[in-house]
Amino acid sequence: MIFTIAAKELKGLFSSPLAWMVLTAVQLIAGYAFLKRLDDFLQIQPQLVQLASPPGVTEIVVGPLFATTAIMLLFAVPLLGMRSIAEERRNQTMVFLTSAPVSMTQIVLGKFLGLFAFIALVVTLITAMPLTLALSTSLDYGHIASLFAGVLLIAAGFAAVSLYISSLTTQPMGAAFGAFAALLLMVFMGEAAGDGLRSRGWHLPAALAQVFSPLKNFEPLGKGVIDSFAITCSLLLIVLFIVLAVRRLDARRLRG
Amino acid sequence: MSSPSSDPAATIHAQGLTRRFGAHVAVASVQLELNRGEVLGFLGPNGAGKTTTMQMLTGNLAPTEGEIRICGVDLLARPTTAKAHIGYLPENPPLYRDLTVDEYLTLAVKLHRVAKAQRRVAVARAKERCGLGDVGRKLIGTLSKGYQQRVGIAQAIAHEPDVVILDEPTVGLDPNQIRDIRALIRELGGAHSVILSTHILPEVEAICDRVQIMHHGSIVYSDTIAALKAIHTGRAVLLGLRRPPSDAELAALPGVTAVEAAGDKLYRLQLAADRDPTEQLVARSVEKNWGLYHLAPAQTSLEDVFVNLTR
Repeated sequence: MIFTIAAKELKGLFSSPLAWMVLTAVQLIAGYAFLKRLDDFLQIQPQLVQLASPPGVTEIVVGPLFATTAIMLLFAVPLLGMRSIAEERRNQTMVFLTSAPVSMTQIVLGKFLGLFAFIALVVTLITAMPLTLALSTSLDYGHIASLFAGVLLIAAGFAAVSLYISSLTTQPMGAAFGAFAALLLMVFMGEAAGDGLRSRGWHLPAALAQVFSPLKNFEPLGKGVIDSFAITCSLLLIVLFIVLAVRRLDARRLRG
Repeated sequence: MSSPSSDPAATIHAQGLTRRFGAHVAVASVQLELNRGEVLGFLGPNGAGKTTTMQMLTGNLAPTEGEIRICGVDLLARPTTAKAHIGYLPENPPLYRDLTVDEYLTLAVKLHRVAKAQRRVAVARAKERCGLGDVGRKLIGTLSKGYQQRVGIAQAIAHEPDVVILDEPTVGLDPNQIRDIRALIRELGGAHSVILSTHILPEVEAICDRVQIMHHGSIVYSDTIAALKAIHTGRAVLLGLRRPPSDAELAALPGVTAVEAAGDKLYRLQLAADRDPTEQLVARSVEKNWGLYHLAPAQTSLEDVFVNLTR
């Protein structure tokens, strides 16, 4: 059931011009960022060779490319996710799903998976760019894999937040803006709050704040380090907002 | 499946159904019973609580109080099992405009757990029943209102549910399509059971077995159509006279219990239950030169019942 709904969501995304526009724009910007970085790398390469243990092309080109991708997703995911619940409610098609023998959790998970699959496709296409370098040089595949996983985790977190905000309103544009604002708030305030709390020695609140700092949780994986705490925080963020979305939709059934 | 229902023929059993929105009581302890093979006409003025009731029966809205059993399954305790027995067409058909009819109906049967091998047959059958045979590959958004309405009906019946709940299904259809849909609803009433909400009263008289009228959140009338007709047919006649005598003279006719004006030179005569004075009426009007031009049994129609109860 979850996959049936996910497939329907994915189909819906591909039949909307907005998704294609987002896909195009993100590819274009990522392509530019990649080539620019590559150009920079080629220029400083002679100096790098003189260093004792020089950073490789993966660190200099691929790392920043994924950081750029994460920032782009901050804008793109709210736009892609805004339709998922808000538009169904506005078009009164949500009844189609809620009348079927599927639970609210299945509906929300299906929508989440559909949205995530689309974003995963975007990220995969971007990852394909640095992989072309394998034709001429050797790449650190472990690092690329960890960057890829890190960006997917961020994307999943963004998707869960967008989905929840989309369940709060019947205005897709409102949902997009709300999700964007919430994510931006997390990126800035979540991290500042985490640092502030930690500097005062309040470790538990600081750990909680880290759940809401998606970019901070991306950092270790971005460096190729598997930090189980950061990964757990990323997963908690996803679960939290999916649960909130389910509860929100259930509340509509209960309260009307 | 274990069926705890006391009556296995009952497809819907709702008791004490109440729904409050804050202080406003939208539906107040409604009792609703639907049996297999039955078509129930669900009537009421706008805002009477029909749609709210249907939303509760389909699990889209939780009742404040009361219990609902669908084919013996408690809808509130086991919603997904119960919902598998229901097909629902809401007031606004929940159509995805950017899917084709085939894609949409396939999605509908998938979500309603029709086994993979039977999906194609189920979709084809639903399309055939709703007259959608030649639009399968068209996008729903490009179809006319009437076709869209039929797609909405098709998604409600494609998985052969035990209970079909249709909220104003014939809105926006042309007279031919309405006839087709009525025939379809009658057909559905054979093996399944149908709740039909509509404002078109002749429709209810034509296809329903039973009628319930809702007003201000309560059921104010519940009877079979057959009983409705039996009670009211033949007990009154409508009489039109060009040169009418006084009301008193008409009332004095044998077998006539009451006279009321039903229009210009048109009278409604209430008749005693066991007498049919039609023949005498004709003879008398000829004899006295009243100028008889109209004589017909006055059925107290569903409309009269409806207006009386809900005004």
